[in-house]
Amino acid sequence: MTDISTIIKLTAAEIAAKIASGELTAVEVTEAHLARIEAVDEKVHAFLHIDREGALAQARAVDAKKAAGEKLGPLAGVPLALKDIFTTEDMPTTVGSKILEGWVPPYDATVTKRLKAADVVILGKTNMDEFAMGSSTENSAYGPTGNPWDLTRIPGGSGGGSSAALASFEAPLAIGTDTGGSIRQPAAVTGTVGVKPTYGGVSRYGMVAFSSSLDQGGPCARTVLDAALLHEAIAGHDPLDSTSIDAPVPPVVEAARNGSVQGMRVGVVKQFSGEGYQAGVVQRFNESVELLKSLGATIVELDCPSFDLGLSAYYLIAPSECSSNLARFDAMRYGLRVGDDGTRSAEDVTALTREAGFGDEVKRRIILGTYALSSGYYDAYYGSAQKVRTLITRDFEKAFEQVDVIVSPTTPTTAFPIGERADDPMAMYLADLCTIPTNLAGNAAMSLPCGLAPEDGLPVGLQIIAPAMKDDRLYKVGAAVEAAFVEKWGHPLLEEAPSL
Amino acid sequence: MTVIDLESYEDALATYDPVMGLEVHVELGTKTKMFCGCSTELKQDANSQTCPVCLGLPGALPVVNEIGVESAIKIGLALNCEIAEWCRFARKNYFYPDMPKNFQTSQYDEPIAFDGYLDVQLEDGEIFRVQIERAHMEEDTGKSTHVGGATGRIHGASHSLLDYNRAGIPLIEIVTKPIEGAGARAPEVAKAYVAELRELIKALGVSEARMEMGQMRCDVNLSLRPHGREAFGTRSETKNVNSLRSVERAARFEIQHRGVALDLETGGTIVQETRHFHEEDGSTTAGRIKDNAEDYRYFPEPDLVPVAPARDWVEELRKGLPELPRLRRARLKEEWGVSEHDMQSILNAGAVDLIVATTEVGAPADQARKWWMGELARNANETGRALDELGVTPAPVPAALRFRPGAPPFRLSASAAGFPGPWSRRRSSRRCGSAAAARSPPSTTASGVCPVPACRPRASCRRP
Repeated sequence: MTDISTIIKLTAAEIAAKIASGELTAVEVTEAHLARIEAVDEKVHAFLHIDREGALAQARAVDAKKAAGEKLGPLAGVPLALKDIFTTEDMPTTVGSKILEGWVPPYDATVTKRLKAADVVILGKTNMDEFAMGSSTENSAYGPTGNPWDLTRIPGGSGGGSSAALASFEAPLAIGTDTGGSIRQPAAVTGTVGVKPTYGGVSRYGMVAFSSSLDQGGPCARTVLDAALLHEAIAGHDPLDSTSIDAPVPPVVEAARNGSVQGMRVGVVKQFSGEGYQAGVVQRFNESVELLKSLGATIVELDCPSFDLGLSAYYLIAPSECSSNLARFDAMRYGLRVGDDGTRSAEDVTALTREAGFGDEVKRRIILGTYALSSGYYDAYYGSAQKVRTLITRDFEKAFEQVDVIVSPTTPTTAFPIGERADDPMAMYLADLCTIPTNLAGNAAMSLPCGLAPEDGLPVGLQIIAPAMKDDRLYKVGAAVEAAFVEKWGHPLLEEAPSL
Repeated sequence: MTVIDLESYEDALATYDPVMGLEVHVELGTKTKMFCGCSTELKQDANSQTCPVCLGLPGALPVVNEIGVESAIKIGLALNCEIAEWCRFARKNYFYPDMPKNFQTSQYDEPIAFDGYLDVQLEDGEIFRVQIERAHMEEDTGKSTHVGGATGRIHGASHSLLDYNRAGIPLIEIVTKPIEGAGARAPEVAKAYVAELRELIKALGVSEARMEMGQMRCDVNLSLRPHGREAFGTRSETKNVNSLRSVERAARFEIQHRGVALDLETGGTIVQETRHFHEEDGSTTAGRIKDNAEDYRYFPEPDLVPVAPARDWVEELRKGLPELPRLRRARLKEEWGVSEHDMQSILNAGAVDLIVATTEVGAPADQARKWWMGELARNANETGRALDELGVTPAPVPAALRFRPGAPPFRLSASAAGFPGPWSRRRSSRRCGSAAAARSPPSTTASGVCPVPACRPRASCRRP
C-alpha cells in the first residue's frame, strides 16, 4: 500500500501506469485524492461539489475492468477535477452562479461523456468566476479560491478552482475553459500547465456558454505529457457542435513524448512587453527565451500592431455574445426563481430573479453587451470589434509565415492578493492582455511554468502560441522547455510550493 | 371590442393608394426540428417533444437540419429568387417565456433566398406579378396558453401554460416587396398571392401548408398614401391572418381603417402599430404600438457555421422543381375540358391532386372528377374536413367505377366496395405526405452536421 502523500504527487501518466500494472488500484488512488481534498480543501476551496460516491463507483468499475483482464485506456482510473461549467447529469452544474444553484442538468456534456468513456474518475466540480467572467475566481457566487502558493492570493480565473486543485495535489488532472485566458492565466499563477486548444478542437456541447465564438474547453495538468493525454481524451469532432472541427486531432501525445525545439523558429512579439509587466515576470520570460536558444531554436522578433487592440475588441465581443447567451436565464424553466408569489407577472419574476441571481460582473457585461449590439451602436462597437478580430487573425497569419511558434509571458504579473483588483475591473481585465489575441484568432496556446519571480517567489507562466490545428507544436516545444527547466531546477516547480 | 367608424372602401380609395407587404410563415414538413433531432409530429402531451437543444438548456447547441435548408432553397428557386452562395443565421433577441433561449435563431441581412417574384392570377384572368424580397430560415417558438382570463390573451389571465413542442420547428418566412399599383384590387391580390403561394408550397412537397392548422400564417402590412405621392405612409401590421378569406378581409378592413385614421390626422404622422385580426367579424383591433425603440439586437449566430450551398446542388434542386401550380392548372383545365368556374370549384375543394391521382390509376378524367366533386366533396364540406381526410384513396376508385357501370359513381353505402370507412374521422398527420418528404433521410440533426457535402460550410468560413 502506497501512502497518500506519495500517490497524490504522482502524475496522471504514472498513476495510469501503476493501475495498469496492478501496483495501485483505482480505488486506492481515488481514496487518496478524496482524503487530500478532505484535508486541504477547506483552506483552498477549489471544489464546489465533491462526488465521493460517484468517484469511488467509477474507480471500482476501472478495477473491475482490470480484474476482468480488459485493456485499460491511457487515463483509466486517473482522478480529475471538472470545471463547474460542463453539464453533468449526476452532479449539480452551477457555473459559479446563484442563478443555477442546485441545478442538476438532464444531460452530460460531450467532454463529460468522453471523460467517462475514458474511465477517468471525476472527483467533483471546481470553483470558477461566475459564468467564467473574471481573472481571479473572486466573482464566484460561492466564495473565492485560494492560491496554494499563498492562500491570500488569487489562483487566477476564471478556472481558479481547477488550477488550485492541481497545485494543491487534490487532483492530477483538471478541465478548464478558456474564453480570454481562463485556462492559461490560472495555470501561470499556480505553476501548472494549461492548454487552450484550437477553437473547435474540443466540443462545446454541454459547456455553458459565455461567449460562443471564443469559448474553448481544454486540459489542465501538472506536466505537459499529462495535459497531452487529457487533450487527446477530450478532443475530436462532435456532431452535436457544428463549430467543432471535423479533422483528426493533432498528434499531441506523440509530440509531448518527443519534446524538441531544435531548428525551430520561435517568435517574440513586441506588443507583449512594456508597461505593466512585473520585473520578475520579464526576467523569467527573458531567461526562457535564452533557454530556447540554447536548445537550438532561432528567435525572431515580430511586430503585431493589432494585438494592442485585442483587449478592447474582446470586451465588446464577449459581452455582446454573453448578453444574448445569458438571456435564457429567465426563471421559467430551471434554476433560481425569485418573487413568484402568484401576484407578479412573468416579467417581474424574471427581473427579480436576474437581479438576485446574477453577480455584479455578469450584470456589467450583460449591460455592456446589450448596449454594444443596439441598433445605431452595432457598427461602431460590435462591428468594429469584429474588424479588429480579422486584423489580429491576419497579424498571426503573417507571424506564422516567419515562425513556428510564438512565446510570451502568459500574464503580466504573478498572483495578486485577493481583493486587490476586485473593485477595479479595468485592472482585472489587464491580466488577460497576452492571452486574448489567441482567443480572438482561434488558434492554440499553452501556459507552462518558467520559474518563480524573484521579488515575490510566485510562479511565472510562459505562453507558447501555435497556429490553428497545430496544437501538437505546443506540446513539442512545451515538453522540451519543461524538461530543460526541471533539469535546471533539479525538480518540478511545484515541489517548491509550501505544504498546506 | 370598441366600435370603429370605418370609411367606405370606395371613399378610402378615392383619396389613397394602398401599399401592401405580405409576410408568410410556412412551417416545414420535416421529420425533425430545425436545430435538433426532436420529432415535429403533433403531440397532445405538452413538452413531450423536447430535448436540451429546443428547450434552450444551458450548454446545448443547435445543428442545422439539412432538409430545412433544402426546403428553403426549393422555395427560393420556385419563387425565382437568387440563392445565396454563403449565408448565416442570426440571433433575434427579445424576451418571451415561450421562447426558450430568449432569442430566435433566424436570418437577418443574409437570407438564403432573395430578389424573386411570383405571378398570380386574379379572378378575371389577369396576371399580377408580386415581387419577393426574401425567403429566410428560422425556428418557431413554443406556445403559451393564457388561463383564467376572458379573452385567452395574456391580459387578465391568472396564469399561463408553456408548451415547447412547437419550439424549434422549422419555418420559412417569405417577405414580399411593397405591393403597389393594385388599387382597389389590393385585397384580391393579397388573397391570390397567398393562395398561389400555398399551392406552390404544396407542390414542392415541403409542407402541407394548411392554414387552419397554423402551418402557414400570414401577416398583412398595409399603408395608404395619397394619390400621386411617392413616399409610403405609416403602416399597420395585422398579425396571424390564417385563412385566404381572412387575408382578403383584413386587407380590406385596414384600407378602410387607415383611411379614417389618415383623414383625422392633423399634420403629424399616424402611429405604426401591430393589429389583431378577428375571424368573427373581419375586423382588426390595435395591439402594441410599434415604435422605433423595438430593437432585436441582431447579430450573426456564433453557434452555427455559415451555410454555403454548393452551386451544383442548387442546380440539381432547380431541375427537380415541379410544374408551377398556375401553369399546371391551366394544362389540366385544358386536358379535362372544364370551364374556368369548374376548375375554380375543383381547386377550392382541394380535389386537383386527387383527380390527377385517380386518372393515373386508370379512371377516365370526367368520371374521376365527378367521383370526387359529387357526394364526397359535399360531405367534406359539410363535416369541415379536407377531401383527402375522408379516408378515401384514389387507388380503388377505378374498380369501384367499373363495379357499377353506368350507375351514379358513389353512394353512402359504398364502403362495401372495399375501401376503408370513408366517414371515419381520422386525424391528419402534420407530416408532409408527398413522395419528396417520404424520401427524406430521417434526421440530419441527430447526427449533427449536414451529411451532404454540398451543404457543408467552406473551411474558410468556419469562424464568424
